[in-house]
Amino acid sequence: MHLSPDEVIFWQLGFFKLNATIAYTWALMLLLVVGSRLITRHLSTDHKRSRWQNLLEIVVTGIETQIAEVGLRHPRKYMGFLGTLFLFVAMASLCTVIPGYEPPTGSLSTTAALALCVMVAVPLFGIEDQGLGGYLKSYLEPTAIMLPFNLISEISRTLALAVRLFGNMMSGAMIIGILLSITPFIFPIVMTVLGLLTGMVQAYIFSILAAVYIAAATQVRKPKLKTEPELAPKI
Amino acid sequence: MDSLTIIAVASIVIAGITTGFGTMGPAFAEGRAVSTALTALAQQPDASATITRTLFVGLAMIESTAIYCFVVSMILIFANPFWNYGIALAAALAAGK
Repeated sequence: MHLSPDEVIFWQLGFFKLNATIAYTWALMLLLVVGSRLITRHLSTDHKRSRWQNLLEIVVTGIETQIAEVGLRHPRKYMGFLGTLFLFVAMASLCTVIPGYEPPTGSLSTTAALALCVMVAVPLFGIEDQGLGGYLKSYLEPTAIMLPFNLISEISRTLALAVRLFGNMMSGAMIIGILLSITPFIFPIVMTVLGLLTGMVQAYIFSILAAVYIAAATQVRKPKLKTEPELAPKI
Repeated sequence: MDSLTIIAVASIVIAGITTGFGTMGPAFAEGRAVSTALTALAQQPDASATITRTLFVGLAMIESTAIYCFVVSMILIFANPFWNYGIALAAALAAGK
């Protein structure tokens, strides 16, 4: 019983190790890309459409609604990033029904990489929306004394994102591993179902928190024109 | 008691205490959060989507502290660097003798 899929090494050449995390991540990426390419080959806008296209439309419009409810005004701009985060983490957790598979998000490397993506994306979206000066000035809100605390909160919420996802995924795998040696028949199946549920909830939480951070960075502080009303982010 | 025994005893005891305390605090906090959310839902049922979503986000934030404690316990039990170092030292001493 190992702590993370990093320790299962398939092949090694000197410094470079092909461990289970990398293999399963690439398999997931292949599955998502090839699957969506196959489904979107023949898109139709009339009543006769395939059920897979229906499924993708439900997913895409669901994500767009959630992003709009968080308070981001043009959801399509952010849907590529946030939707990919949600789909990757959700698919990583859903595929645990396949025997022999371990979610790559159960390794701190994967979750740290995803959290770093969010940490880089938030200033990028903020600068794109408010300009460099406007975004940097937001670190001095509400007073200039808060500058070190704002910086620390940037780092700590990135760390919290990474450790939250890693801890949830790792604990699910660990509980099942321990239970298999104690009560091997029905109870591990129940815990696997619970692991599926927490996996989906954590995928939703990860992407919603990323959306909330982006909304906080792109929030309009004062209305720029008199005709544009100030929109407060709804949570 | 040699140092390897001290490392083992300290790791096991602290792993247990960490999990014990680490699950009490978040359990209290999540109970209060859910009860307040239920009160709000009873008073305004048509805001249930917003309330439920905010409740889940809040529960995940509270849960993270429990997860931190769990991760520390797991590291102490399964990936303990002090224990690994002690074992390597003892093996080197036994091989050198």
